[in-house]
Order: sequence, then C-alpha cells, then structure tokens
Amino acid sequence: MSNDQQKTRVASYLRDVPRSGIRDFFEIVRTRKGVISLGIGEPDFVTPWHIRESSIFALDHGATSYTANLGTLELRKAVSEYVERTTGMHYDPESEILITVGVSEGLDLAVRAIIDPGDELIYHEPSYVSYAPVVTFAHGVPVPVLTKQEDEFRLTRSHLAEKVGEKAKALLLNFPSNPTGAVLTNDDLKDISELAIENDLTVISDEIYSGLTYEGEPTSIASVPGMKERTILLNGLSKSWAMTGFRIGFACAPAELTEAMTKIHQYTMLCAPILSQKAAVEALLNGDKASEHMRNEYRQRRNFIHKSLNEMGLTCHLPKGAFYAFPYVGDCGMTAKDFSCRLLEEENVACVPGTAFGAAGEGFIRCSYATSLENIKEAMKRMSAFVSRLKT
Amino acid sequence: MDELLRLLQKNALETPADLAKVLDSTEEDVRSKISEYEDSGIIRGYQAIVDEDRLELNRVRAVIEVRITPEREGGFDHLAQRLSRFSEVESLFLMSGGYDLLVIVKGETLKEVAFFVSEKLATVNGVISTGTHFMLKTYKDQGVLMQDEKERERLQVSP
Ligand SMILES: Cc1ncc(COP(=O)(O)O)c(C=O)c1O
Repeated sequence: MSNDQQKTRVASYLRDVPRSGIRDFFEIVRTRKGVISLGIGEPDFVTPWHIRESSIFALDHGATSYTANLGTLELRKAVSEYVERTTGMHYDPESEILITVGVSEGLDLAVRAIIDPGDELIYHEPSYVSYAPVVTFAHGVPVPVLTKQEDEFRLTRSHLAEKVGEKAKALLLNFPSNPTGAVLTNDDLKDISELAIENDLTVISDEIYSGLTYEGEPTSIASVPGMKERTILLNGLSKSWAMTGFRIGFACAPAELTEAMTKIHQYTMLCAPILSQKAAVEALLNGDKASEHMRNEYRQRRNFIHKSLNEMGLTCHLPKGAFYAFPYVGDCGMTAKDFSCRLLEEENVACVPGTAFGAAGEGFIRCSYATSLENIKEAMKRMSAFVSRLKT
Repeated sequence: MDELLRLLQKNALETPADLAKVLDSTEEDVRSKISEYEDSGIIRGYQAIVDEDRLELNRVRAVIEVRITPEREGGFDHLAQRLSRFSEVESLFLMSGGYDLLVIVKGETLKEVAFFVSEKLATVNGVISTGTHFMLKTYKDQGVLMQDEKERERLQVSP
C-alpha cells in the first residue's frame, strides 16, 4: 500500500459535493425486476415522428459539421418566434439567443457567467437536483429558500426576503417546478420581481416545463416590466417535445449576458450537435399539435394520480405544471427514504424520496406521471394497499 | 371533440370510474354521458381492433373503386345505402375525384370476392364501372400499428 491511496487526486471543492440522491435510489431500483417506476424524470413518449424524420433527412443530406457557436441562425430564428409567440417577448436571434446542449448546459453557463467566488445564488427547495452543485462548481454559494405545501410550493415574497442578504447576487427560479409541479401566480411574479429589482439580483429562470402548464397560460418572469434586462431565460425541447436524447436547450438574455455565456460555450462546447438543431427547428415551427397532444395526455394522468393519491389518504396539492405529483407521506410514521424503500420492497413501485431534492423534501415523495395510464393505475392500486397497511 | 369520446375511441374498455378520475368528473356523470351518446347514435358500437394477419384466416380484403350514376332524387345516397347493405361490404365511402364510391369488401377467398364484385356489385342498376384492388398486408389500421414496437429503454429513475 502506497501513501497515494489515501491521497486523493480529486479537487477539494468537488469532494464535498454529495452524490445525487437520484443516483443512489437508481442503484437500488436497478437490482429489481418487474418494478413499476414513477421515478422517471423524462417523457414516456418517443419524439414525434416528423421531428425524428427531419433529423434523418438532414443526415441524408450530409449535415455532419459544426455550426456557429450560437447555434444555426435558422434555429435561433425559430426560437425567437417561439418565445415571442408564447411569452410576448422579443429576443434578437443575432445577439440575444444561444443554443445550448440541453438546459443543463444553459444552467451551467448562466451561473458561471454571473457568479464570482463567494457570491450567493438563491434558489427554492425542494428543487431540481443540479442547482446547488452547479453553483458550487462555479465557486458560488447556493442558498436554499423553503417552499411549503401549504403554499402549494410557490415561492413567496416573505420566505424569499428572509434569505436575500448582502452577498446575494442572483435568484434561480424553476416554475413549473421539478419536483413539486408548482406554478407561480401573476401576483407572485410581481412580488418576486420587485424584490429582485430592489436588491439588484440577476434572475435565472429555468422554464423547461413551461410547455407543460395545465391551468391557464404559462407566464415568464422576464415579461414583468423591468425584468427582461436582468433575466436569463432558459428553456429547451426535452420535455415539451419529448426530445431528452437530442440535448437541445436555449438561453435568451440581454446581449451582454448572451455574449458572456457564449464565451464559455465556445471554448467548452463549441456548439450543439447539428442533427439535433435540425430536429429542433422542425419541433418549434411545426410541432405545436404534437406538443398539445402530449400535454393533454399528461393533464389527464395528472387528474388521475392526484385524485388517487388523495383518495388513499395522502395529502397532495394539485400540480399545475411539469409531470410530477408531490404527496406528503410524513404521517405514515417513517422518513421519505424509508417510505420509498419499503414501497419498492413490498409493492415493487418506485417513487423518489423528496430528500433527493434537498432537505426541504423530507416527508414527501415524487411521483412522476410520465408513464402510461396503465402503469399509473397499477401503481396507485399497489400504493393504496401499502398505505392502508401502514395507516392501520 | 368531447374528450370522453376520444378516450373511448382509444380504449372502449376504460371503466367509468377511471374515466371520471382522468376527466376530473364523477362516475355518474360519465355513465350518463355515455348513455346519451349511445342513445343518440353518436356511439355506434364497440369493437376490438384485431390483427387478422396473425390468425391465418385465409381472409381477403379488397378496395373497390365504383363509379355510379347519381339519381334524380337522392343523388348518390340511395344507391350507396343500397350497396352498403351487402354483408360482404365492410366500409363504404362517398369520394371526390376519379370515382364515386370507395367500397371495402371482405371475403374468405379471392374467388369469393371476385364473384361478389362481378355478380352482385357490378350488376346493380346505376353502377357504371368497378376497379378492384386486393389488400396484401396491414401495417396500420384505425391509428393502431400492427407490428410490435420494441420496448424503449429509459432509465428506471432519473432526475
Ligand atoms: C428543472 C429541470 N431543469 C433542467 C433539466 C435538464 O434538462 P435538459 O434535458 O434540457 O438538459 C431538467 C431535466 O430533468 C429539469 O427537470
């Protein structure tokens, strides 16, 4: 044994970042057969055929090269049109739109473009698993704000105000939210905007689920007066068009911020894959009907799962977007993790414990309804049996 | 179209209780709406979509283009309704373009279908001509793919 084995070669800032709770749970689920999984964070639909076909067509015609760093102008124009059509805001395809490798890359670029070492970035919890680590990788300080079931997991001004301190540089929003399905009201958006302006915060808005909003029209914080100039809007095609494997996202922001993100992107990623960009153009220009069809399916499954969970005695707010239900299991006499593990062991149903989405998720589990209604029905039957055993 | 009808078209075996949950409605409401659709003739029946190619039934199906002379009163309707009464006729549509009626006919053998066309269909008063095409294989029927798609691989748990 040499000394080398004790000495790690891994950078110290990285060592302290815990492994994703999702990955841990995945390792447990992987060992079992016949599991009905409500643990999946991606659409069960395969990408609509006309979108896949446009990639095949492009490949047939030899589209195998790099594109401009920003992404093809054709796609940036399509994004510009799409954003204008859905949010009413205009972004210049020449200077204010960057095509990224999924929202994942957009998120990393946005954080790195605005955070200096020690700067605080405020985000709401329970949250998507990447936020805190990405801030840490940029040597910033992630500061979670609690959102609560009694507020249907909306971010409220009072909870947010408590966390905005001297070093607060940025605010990260994700509505509709993974894992809670929460959506903000127009009043919430106004309140949060006021606070952001008062404290001169830059806002990163991860709106990847905006296309999956079930009640009313999706609204972006960037459209609140005074916000566009301080907001980086992130969106992508993974969820609305079932295109997770294509890896296409986009960032819309003032030219200065777009330029800053592009600086990192050009040296680290160069450009998003060309075949995926071709498919994205087809989705944005001609994919409304396909997307609407999937949204409608999700809405019906949501109705079903929401009702079923409440019927079995678990308190669950109505998720207004994304494809997750987030019921409270804290009154079953065990932690969220134990609940998930026993549900898996006894009924072969996989739900992710809320703690995978931050400490604020204790007492909750995330049930994804991005799976067939047949699966959801069977899962609800099994879960109901499990819960009634626990509660008697 | 009413979402309830769309769901039933996709799966007529869906129970009223489950339909109610999906539509955020009540079971009674769903039941009474279905009865209304049945009574008014909007729902005309419930059938299974069967891939008959797998049954080795020696069934043949033919698509027949039929040109007819419209009648003074009743236009195409009278003759079309008359032709649709034959039990061999599975579907019948009035078409625009080069011919008037599209008739789908089912039989046990090629000979049987040919006999039906030449002896029954073509001889009806008002039928000017027929063009028969036999179907060889079904790939998709009523929106349903007939080949099994490979199970897609998704991670069992993902963020
Ligand atoms: C809130 C949120 N942001 C970003 C992503 C990453 O998406 P993409 O596929 O665009 O990288 C996900 C994926 O699950 C997500 O849920």
